[in-house]
Amino acid sequence: MITDIQALKEIRESAKKKISARIGMEQDEKRYDVLVCAGTGCVASEGEKVREKLAQAIKDGGLEHKARILRTGCFGFCKLGPLVVVYPDKTFYCQVGEQDVDKIVTQHLQNGQAVQEILYRSPVDQEVQETVDSITFFDHQKRIALQNCGVIDPENIEEYIAVNGYFALYKVLTEYTQEQVIDSISGSGLRGRGGAGFPTGKKWRFTYESLSDAKYIVCNADEGDPGAFMDRSILEGDPHTVIEAMAIAGYAVGSKQGYIYVRAEYPIAVDRLEVAIEDARKQGLLGENILGTGFEFNVELRLGAGAFVCGEETALLSSTVGKRGEPRPRPPFPAVSGLYEKPTLVNNVETFANVPKIILNGAKWYASLGTEKSKGTKVFALAGQINNTGLIEVPMGTTLRTIIYEIGGGIPGDKKFKAVQTGGPSGGCIPEQYLDTAIDYESLNRIGSMMGSGGMIVMDESNCMVDIAKFYVEFSQDESCGKCTPCRIGTRRMLEILRRVTDGEGEMEDLDELVALGDDIKEGSLCGLGQTAPNPVISTLKYFRNEYIAHVKDKRCPAGACEKLRRYRVIPEKCIACGLCAKACGVEAVAGERKKPPYKILDEKCINCGACFEKCPVGAVERG
Amino acid sequence: MPEEIVKLTIDDLEVEVEKGTSILEAALRVGIEIPSLCYLKEINEIGACRVCVVEIEGVKALQASCVYPITQPIQVYTNTERVRKARKRVVELLLSEHDRECTMCIRNLNCELQNVADNLGVRNLRATGESKRYPIQMDNPFIMRDYNKCISCRRCQAICDKIQEVHVYSAQRRGLDTVIAPAFMRDLGSTNCITCGQCVIACPTGSLVEREATEGVWAALADKDKYVVVQTAPSIQVTLGEMFGMETGTIVTGKLVAALRRLGFKRVFPTDLSADLTIMEEAHELIERLQRQSNLPLLSSCCPAWVKFAEHFYPQFLENLSSCKSPHEMFGAMIKTYYAEKEGLDPTKIVSVAVMPCTAKKYEAARPEMGWDGYRDIDHVITTRELGRMIRQAGIHFRNLPDEPYDMPFGVSSGAGAIFGATGGVIEAAIRSAYAILNKKNWEMGLIDFEELRGQSGLKEAKVDLGSQEIKVAIAHGTGNARIILDRILNGAHYDYIEIMGCPGGCVGGGGQPILGGRDHKRISLDYRHNRADALYKIDMHSQLRQSHDNPDVKNLYEAFLGQPLGEKAKKLLHTTYTPRGSYFNLVQ
Repeated sequence: MITDIQALKEIRESAKKKISARIGMEQDEKRYDVLVCAGTGCVASEGEKVREKLAQAIKDGGLEHKARILRTGCFGFCKLGPLVVVYPDKTFYCQVGEQDVDKIVTQHLQNGQAVQEILYRSPVDQEVQETVDSITFFDHQKRIALQNCGVIDPENIEEYIAVNGYFALYKVLTEYTQEQVIDSISGSGLRGRGGAGFPTGKKWRFTYESLSDAKYIVCNADEGDPGAFMDRSILEGDPHTVIEAMAIAGYAVGSKQGYIYVRAEYPIAVDRLEVAIEDARKQGLLGENILGTGFEFNVELRLGAGAFVCGEETALLSSTVGKRGEPRPRPPFPAVSGLYEKPTLVNNVETFANVPKIILNGAKWYASLGTEKSKGTKVFALAGQINNTGLIEVPMGTTLRTIIYEIGGGIPGDKKFKAVQTGGPSGGCIPEQYLDTAIDYESLNRIGSMMGSGGMIVMDESNCMVDIAKFYVEFSQDESCGKCTPCRIGTRRMLEILRRVTDGEGEMEDLDELVALGDDIKEGSLCGLGQTAPNPVISTLKYFRNEYIAHVKDKRCPAGACEKLRRYRVIPEKCIACGLCAKACGVEAVAGERKKPPYKILDEKCINCGACFEKCPVGAVERG
Repeated sequence: MPEEIVKLTIDDLEVEVEKGTSILEAALRVGIEIPSLCYLKEINEIGACRVCVVEIEGVKALQASCVYPITQPIQVYTNTERVRKARKRVVELLLSEHDRECTMCIRNLNCELQNVADNLGVRNLRATGESKRYPIQMDNPFIMRDYNKCISCRRCQAICDKIQEVHVYSAQRRGLDTVIAPAFMRDLGSTNCITCGQCVIACPTGSLVEREATEGVWAALADKDKYVVVQTAPSIQVTLGEMFGMETGTIVTGKLVAALRRLGFKRVFPTDLSADLTIMEEAHELIERLQRQSNLPLLSSCCPAWVKFAEHFYPQFLENLSSCKSPHEMFGAMIKTYYAEKEGLDPTKIVSVAVMPCTAKKYEAARPEMGWDGYRDIDHVITTRELGRMIRQAGIHFRNLPDEPYDMPFGVSSGAGAIFGATGGVIEAAIRSAYAILNKKNWEMGLIDFEELRGQSGLKEAKVDLGSQEIKVAIAHGTGNARIILDRILNGAHYDYIEIMGCPGGCVGGGGQPILGGRDHKRISLDYRHNRADALYKIDMHSQLRQSHDNPDVKNLYEAFLGQPLGEKAKKLLHTTYTPRGSYFNLVQ
């Protein structure tokens, strides 16, 4: 039980020694900390088995005095999981399998030699990049929200304290008035990381100024954008940071009770949060009279069933108290009337993750990062047609080009970049001409997209933009809560039009109607889900109208993605007349004679099944 | 604390409102009717349909005026190009998935969606597509649910949750598949629905309607072999006029009788008479229980929705329910026994029709215990609305009808019977008679009006001096209020006699009453009930006869046929039993 600052400091000092390998402290004798990523991605690729085997091997080899195996949070380079990092060497091992365990132990831990086969190689020049610091993926990154992810053991509160955990809370409790905390958050320029970018300090102030006998702090951990997983990673890798931030917020606005609304589909995050809350309670860092200051704060978990709309704050609050997750009109805003009709502060996980660092390092420090109106850093989940998929954190104002080509390592194969989608189902598709845009909330809005929670999906020439738009609208209309008319019915009508277009049954008027209907849905919908659902359609219609026209007028999908519009053709120069295509065809639509190239596909018989395309050994069948 | 006043402008007109007033309400004060669909004042204020959106200077997004509270001086614009465009699109979208067979719809010309669509000038649908295709649910005798006409406004849910507290409806599934339905989309007949029909009254379209029984009535009228008798509930005479464009609260008793005669009913009787009969039985029951001090409080039983509510949710109070059948069932029993005997009619040839303000009476008439020896007390129950439609179908110019009197015998009724149709009426009537029976003299005229038992407040309590003793009475209407009073009793409060009506306002607010949904009545609240109730009290006030026990027809009935109140014959024909029905959870097991 930590009852005062002295006890907290003592734990910090002793814990620092324990993690000395990782934080660059001098060691009396060299001891290894072997960190195995225990984020969802690496666990899914059997990282747990690697960890268990490593632990066993160390035990068997009698190396326990020399090396420890630890679980940690996400390193970000998810594509290459399971990841293992060996400290203090900072050696970065990728795609580690059970078969690699013995080598890590015998070569590295016993003899200090890195295992070459599983080191990272640059996709550009195949050069080995041995340590965390040398890998280009991390070059342009600045980890603040993710600062402790991949460094500490998320299930060990002492390791969190070792990296100054709960010192920010102590600082505000003893040195700051409530208003000073809010001023500090306002001064940092931090804005809501859940998507809309509302100034966090303002939200805190509104809640502070609402008079009430009870107030609540709610952490929105209902991450729902397809492909986004920054909140999950923070919760899995550094749960205490969120708990500490909520307590700071509780002090600032005058609340004693916090709730974390987390989706049940994040079982690892839920487990880690449960452990963290329990440990914080046991240590007296949650509960009554925290650190002897008289301040009281508690945190409870609420599990969501995974409805996308529950990320909307009023829907989230409704679901938190056990009602159907549906938004309600604002005003009144949660800051005035939220949970149980009491003033409630709702912030996203990533927003909270920035708070302790702002308190410890100062608002000025944070405000020195980023652009004029968007301060600090933003975490993005890189996915799609990009070499380095994973989780990255960059200062606001980094360009899309830097993210995609330098951190992301560019587009795989020799394919051409087409667009990058940001903001998930609420965002838009950004074409090549804007790759040099320095991204922040405003600039993304200007080019028809939005920050959103930070999903970033890269598309190349094989992606059909109409199909992409259809995917997002399909998602939105399915996730519509069904409360307001424009979203409930309007998004389905949009989907129906998009289906017509991708089926080759669209008319040019359909394109105009998509724009008109999209505008009306944005105007009329009750909550952010409906108000932004048409964005993927509107932005693709703006930047990739030619693709739509090709579908409508030529009944053709230029990317070859829309099944009903696919046409197959044999490229005569490539054909080797092996006959496999004709053999694969179930409807005798391929004509030709063996050894007498070229074969020919008969359009009138072809049913566009793609069997010839799949079978051709030399890529002579073209799809388009 | 005096309410804070806020000044604002709506379409450049200045208006002052109490802080927190919605824009929609404020606009009404300067004569601007903002179209709306889901809004029902104080019942459903959720901003879901998005028809009522307006522009507010300095606010980026359009706002739903029904839920936007005015807290500071704002400039509102209700009729801009942007607003009109958004509203029109919303209605187009609603229509795009709506079963648009308006000409055949029971709510044709009385439909709020139709009205709004017309007002907004919707002439074509730009985006059409998949619409709902659900089977119509009508596996019960009282309410029909047609999901294909539902616009998901949720008024049914709101009224069932907040006013009735029965909680039959909830939103289920997502997106276009969202339905507002009983759990698992079960038919209302297999839920704990109390059949009150408040959802029908609240529904802006034809998605929730009464199960029509007019075909059976027409067939009986056409059958030369049948002797068709009709009775009209007390409240019908003050609401039927609304079906023909008359003001709410117009008394049309004589026209009602004339219309029924022209439709071909052999005899037209007022249910008011059997209300007097009910009072005789119930007043004696009260006296008996007071004397024995058992099963108190006595709970009134003339509302079948309330009875079913008790059977589901408060089975521990079934012993307290008066065993009296409701007045129309009593009447039904008298017609096929006493009246048949007296007139020399074969009871099997009599078809007994009841015009009721109520969907629950349809359910009640179908209860197996409502009959004897193979006879049904009542053969057909039709609502005020159905009668109105029958009159229209027959081409009868209702407004020009002469006033005609009810048939004799049974044509005489007291003012006490009339006020059965308003909340508090039953208890007032019963107390008038109980006093007289106990004291062998009538309550002094002039002191007879129990003002404190009247009015639209949901819960009323009073102490009444019956001469020999003072009793504590209470009145609740709307089953949500019934919960409050019953829970009070469970917590130890004592009452002697409680009147409970299922519908807010009593029968004047019944689920079978005219729906003011068309062009003439912008229905954004349900506060027109008091007009109807006032009319009933007016009838009572002007009645020669104001006490049930003074009704000569009733006296006659006891002397010639029934014997004593609570006597053997009365017990057999006029009283009934109740069944605990279990919660919804038991139902689905």
